[in-house]
Amino acid sequence: MSKIKVSNVPFTGTPAQEQKLREALAELKEIPGGLMPALQKAQEIYGYLPIEVQKIVADVMDVSLEEVFGVVTFYAQFSLNPKGRYKIGVCLGTACYVKGSGDIFEAFKQQLGIDAGQCTEDGKFSLDATRCIGCCGLAPVLTVNEDVYGKLTTDDVAGIIAKYH
Amino acid sequence: MYRAHILVCGGTGCSSSNSKEIFAKFESELKAAGLDKEVKTIMTGCFGLCALGPVVVVYPEGAFYSQVKVEDVPEIVSEHLLKGRIVTRLLYKETVAETGIRSLSETNFYKKQHRVALKLCGVINPENIDEYIAYDGYQALAKVLTEMTPQEVIDVISKSGLRGRGGAGFPTGRKWQFARNSVSDKKYVCCNADEGDPGAFMDRSVLEGDPHAVIEAMAIAAYAIGSDQGYVYIRAEYPIAVQRLQIAIKQAREYGLLGKNIFGTDFNFDLDIRLGAGAFVCGEETALMTSIEGKRGEPRVRPPFPAVKGLFGQPTILNNVETYANVAQIILNGPEWFASMGTEKSKGTKVFALGGKITNTGLVEIPMGTTLREIVEDIGGGIPNGKKFKAAQTGGPSGGCIPASLIDTPIDYDNLLAIGSMMGSGGLIVMDEDTCMVDIAKFFLEFTVEESCGKCTPCRIGNKRLLEMLEKVTSGRATMEDLDKMEKLCHYIKENSLCGLGQTAPNPVLSTLRYFREEYEAHVRDKRCPAGVCKKLITYSIDPTKCIGCSKCARNCPVEAIHGEIKKPYTIDTSKCIKCGACIDQCRFKAISKK
Repeated sequence: MSKIKVSNVPFTGTPAQEQKLREALAELKEIPGGLMPALQKAQEIYGYLPIEVQKIVADVMDVSLEEVFGVVTFYAQFSLNPKGRYKIGVCLGTACYVKGSGDIFEAFKQQLGIDAGQCTEDGKFSLDATRCIGCCGLAPVLTVNEDVYGKLTTDDVAGIIAKYH
Repeated sequence: MYRAHILVCGGTGCSSSNSKEIFAKFESELKAAGLDKEVKTIMTGCFGLCALGPVVVVYPEGAFYSQVKVEDVPEIVSEHLLKGRIVTRLLYKETVAETGIRSLSETNFYKKQHRVALKLCGVINPENIDEYIAYDGYQALAKVLTEMTPQEVIDVISKSGLRGRGGAGFPTGRKWQFARNSVSDKKYVCCNADEGDPGAFMDRSVLEGDPHAVIEAMAIAAYAIGSDQGYVYIRAEYPIAVQRLQIAIKQAREYGLLGKNIFGTDFNFDLDIRLGAGAFVCGEETALMTSIEGKRGEPRVRPPFPAVKGLFGQPTILNNVETYANVAQIILNGPEWFASMGTEKSKGTKVFALGGKITNTGLVEIPMGTTLREIVEDIGGGIPNGKKFKAAQTGGPSGGCIPASLIDTPIDYDNLLAIGSMMGSGGLIVMDEDTCMVDIAKFFLEFTVEESCGKCTPCRIGNKRLLEMLEKVTSGRATMEDLDKMEKLCHYIKENSLCGLGQTAPNPVLSTLRYFREEYEAHVRDKRCPAGVCKKLITYSIDPTKCIGCSKCARNCPVEAIHGEIKKPYTIDTSKCIKCGACIDQCRFKAISKK
């Protein structure tokens, strides 16, 4: 399990977001095992799961905050930190790793000046190592939001960053 | 009636390289040419040959166009569909014959394959239930509900010899029998689509290409054990598969194939999707069920087994996607048909995701008992760039590496276990001489250490210690005693961990120690990485007889570690060198080497 890094970015949720969340939760409360879908919904609305949002989930779903926090920190896809506008995910699955995705990941860290799981100061880029995304035929692969780039070398890294600047 | 059909692959590999735009371009070009009433464009599931994507197949000729670009679409429409002239330059080169087109089934990649689980992938439109029904879809469910007793269904599955395709290979019929024997008024049928092994994507392709096959099989399983509710637990990383499955469930409900009184009988069954959230351990059956319950996905102690006390404390069966994909065909074609394929104890076929250093990366389905050599050399097209085969890794982080000396092993559950690997879900990663086996073992262990849930000590702490020892090896700090200690620790972790994750986590280390011990010893004794991968053990040097003193390497060195005078041989200051390899890439005279 990776270490827990709690966000220091101030919470900027709006009442509209909260209302949307509460409406969705009211429905999910009725289904068995609804806490996971509830947190997935919350993350969809806010982009991440700060403690303020977890409190709302705990309140409506009628479970303790401790249990909510336990679930949030167990699963890799739940994030306590906001993500960048452009989320870079470098696949470190076996097929990609064998074809050099580890070097590509290092190149991103160097060129963006951030570590895995972090976001650049201007909020533009965040960098994550992802598990296999299942298009091993294109290895090594990375994603920037919904865009997929395949058959890469470290020489392509600067060009990809420049494209989103 | 249409006179021609264009099949555009909508699998994940091809979608990632623009097949959606290609599909849209075909539709608009056909309309512009006035052909949209004569030619039908269909988005299908994965064809398997992902290395050549995006793939487009045009019938009735069966022209297999590979690596198609959006700009190529007008040419295919005007030449092939309007004038009837096949665009040879875009054809997959193995299908080009002097007399026209060679059938895809005669190419090396497809010749030795036998498609059962992938039968309809790349054939039907997965978002249209009518196409599935046209291929005998839901006939097996009808047969089961109207002609067979639940016990007869289980007997057929048992007799077929079908074993779980998710990894361990437990006999499916026996699992169903246990759940049927458990007395309860509520039982559950679950599908494991949490395909977490890095490098495996067969379940994704089945769900993307033929989702109804899974739904139908789950309904059959529900009838057999006496359940009325199912759950598909699927990775959130697979958005296309999730979406197609949602569409398929909706269509099945509209057709009355899910819901109440299916086929006019008193059998009720419905299905819900639960998304995973990125925890590898949730591929373990008890952890998966805990996760569906909305909790931290930690495994439970067995017994009680899920067939007695599973999801929400009720009897539950859990099968993998590929296992389900075989069920309807076994019911329709009979258990003898299925048992006629494969080896004595492993019946049927297995889908493998071929990846790594191999020419034809993609999905292949072969009868059990096919040798590794046939998969790598014939179907996979061998290793690119003239490199030598070093090992194949199966079973992901739970499996092991098969060395070149065992390349003629027939692949089945028992043979793989005997040589220290396992079937796993079917990832098959090929490695060449540039791959360091210690580094690969470390890679897998880093994965399991990160994914260990932390519930039991042998896995949480043992694997961490094992990883530290591996790091000692790759940085040249280990002793020969450390290798023996590592081996002991591996066995200790295997014997004492709570769930499958911990019990199999040391396999990559054990199998590489077994077959590539000399490579470990080179790291320990000679402080050398033979494959030139482990950074701490390699040094870069310039061959003075080859260097002409052009200074290009020095100008490109990010840390100014290379010095010299123009037109005289340069030298590398190894104390400053960060081993980034930039100089090697720049040198046109092959004067720089790493050792």
